Amino acid sequence: MKDTVLEVTNLVTKFKSADGLLPAVRGASFSVKKGETLCIVGESGCGKSITALSIMGLLPSNGRITDGSISFNNKNLASMSPKEMQKLRGNDVSMIFQEPMTALNPVFTVGFQIREPLMIHQKLSKKQAHARGIELLKMVGIPSPAERMNQFPHELSGGMRQRVMIAIALSCNPSLLIADEPTTALDVTIQAQIIDLLNDLKEKLDMSMIMITHDMGVVAEIADRVIVMYAGEVIEEGRVEEIFENPQHPYTKGLLSSVPNVDDPDFELKPIAGSMPMLNEKISGCRFHPRCPHAFDKCFSESPKTFSVTDKQNVRCWLQEEVGQNGGRRASSL
Amino acid sequence: MAVDEQVLYSVKNVKKHFPIKGGLLQRVKSHVKAVDGITLDIYKGETLGVVGESGCGKSTLGRTILGLESLTEGELVFNGKNISKYSARQLKPFKKEMQMIFQDPYASLNPKQRIGDALEEALIIHTQLSAQARREKVIKLLNEVGLKEEHYERYPHEFSGGQRQRIGIARAISINPSFIVCDEPVSALDVSVQAQVIKLLKDLQEKHALTYLFVSHDLGVVRHLCNRVLVMYLGQMVELAPVEKLYENPTHPYTEALLSAIPRPVVGRKRERIRLTGDLPSPSNPPTGCPFHTRCPIAKDHCATEKPVWRQIDDGHFIACHER
Repeated sequence: MKDTVLEVTNLVTKFKSADGLLPAVRGASFSVKKGETLCIVGESGCGKSITALSIMGLLPSNGRITDGSISFNNKNLASMSPKEMQKLRGNDVSMIFQEPMTALNPVFTVGFQIREPLMIHQKLSKKQAHARGIELLKMVGIPSPAERMNQFPHELSGGMRQRVMIAIALSCNPSLLIADEPTTALDVTIQAQIIDLLNDLKEKLDMSMIMITHDMGVVAEIADRVIVMYAGEVIEEGRVEEIFENPQHPYTKGLLSSVPNVDDPDFELKPIAGSMPMLNEKISGCRFHPRCPHAFDKCFSESPKTFSVTDKQNVRCWLQEEVGQNGGRRASSL
Repeated sequence: MAVDEQVLYSVKNVKKHFPIKGGLLQRVKSHVKAVDGITLDIYKGETLGVVGESGCGKSTLGRTILGLESLTEGELVFNGKNISKYSARQLKPFKKEMQMIFQDPYASLNPKQRIGDALEEALIIHTQLSAQARREKVIKLLNEVGLKEEHYERYPHEFSGGQRQRIGIARAISINPSFIVCDEPVSALDVSVQAQVIKLLKDLQEKHALTYLFVSHDLGVVRHLCNRVLVMYLGQMVELAPVEKLYENPTHPYTEALLSAIPRPVVGRKRERIRLTGDLPSPSNPPTGCPFHTRCPIAKDHCATEKPVWRQIDDGHFIACHER
């Protein structure tokens, strides 16, 4: 059994708005083990990015964690001071963002930005940091790295920028890397390069990774375990094979049959009706019931408990209760 | 979906070059060859997919075909009439036949205009309907794309992305066009909503006998929706084939690489991925010879100097490659 690097318990993140405090994450619990890749899947507005930002302590000024704990290597990140977080961020935990052009600073050279974390966290001299920076750029597959150090972000292509971001994120050998849709803005051939690179590096450096994405194809390529989020809640979790081969929640099933299959000409597209609810929408019972084809009375009134399908796969859906009576097991209630 | 072999739109050696200006006097320094010699026939009732990476000129091709960009060179023949030299006045009846659905439904609607007014606009320009008849027609359109009558009075910010795209579709079909260019109509949408919009596009095509030019980078969506597919690279045609042939038997090395790069939603199946090294070269300074030779895994010496000819290798299957 590998040790747990990150344990998120009942995380609630709320945003202050004109309509009062709105919860974007409603009690999410999950864990990441050493060397494991966890994918968080969901559509925009499901709270997957906010979960990541909560872990990183990078929430916008109107958002804050109101409940739950985030335990990273036995330290609770949720109660850390901003100063302490700063020491951790970019050092033990780092993050890659979707759009590398907005994450990199356009007025500083690549070299400056890659030296910065090394000089701050690892107390290297500028010279040492420069040499290490060149090594890092080489590691992420950037040709002629010494010259790239003196270039500005706008001189690089999208794929190269994302490689630079990865090099910066990995500069201090983090034990956890959070990647928020790192390939969404890239072309497929470049996306394939970046996914291969992340997979290689993860193995080489033996780090844990949280990958946030909406692309089920990317999930299948990179994940060990998957959590599916909907409207701020974790609705299903399991090993990647379980999620793809035996999905239980109607939303997970819907997601899988909404993506046209490239290899199957007769694939029948079955869209999920409706769209993701707004943060301020009040929905009784299960948050998914207005879009669920199988919703019954109980779904309208009571929020579903978590049921376990196997020892790794859990699902939050009342349909499981009926299955449960025919032999399945019920998990601890949330 | 049966496709009769009747040509609706014929595109002949179309080129669109954008000038790059620079220096004190803003002199033209060079050109970005966004579309560089595309020749193809679009058949009535078909969906022709155009795929390629960003910067390959697929969107510019769509815009040029619709006359939203002026032609640098080439001919456009719509329904047997050469419209490439027509004036704006002469083009008006043709514009009624051709419409466009844009990628970003947030950017393509005027935030200060009610949905009903946005949909009526084309009817005012292209038809003689009375105000009452226009309103009825708009409500019919709203119903057709899965929206409700009450949405007539609303403003764009009150809609979700999927609903806005439905409005974009309603606007495109409002004057009964025969040809619609869909420029990445689903790529800004979430997957569950994306599937709804794809279904809607398919239903409308059957109902109104529409012809689509479907520009997309998503090869999964293209396989699902298109009859034929054109693969573009740096403004040039690389491969054109019926959809089954292209996916089952991709022949050009670029098409092969593109298909193998897509992440499949299937676990545990290790595929041999053809790794393309490097990035797309700049379209302002494309490589000589075959545009793909700088990244091609099977390139030979002559690929760098000689431009490959566009040739037919099978029924309806064309490629431009020296080696295949």
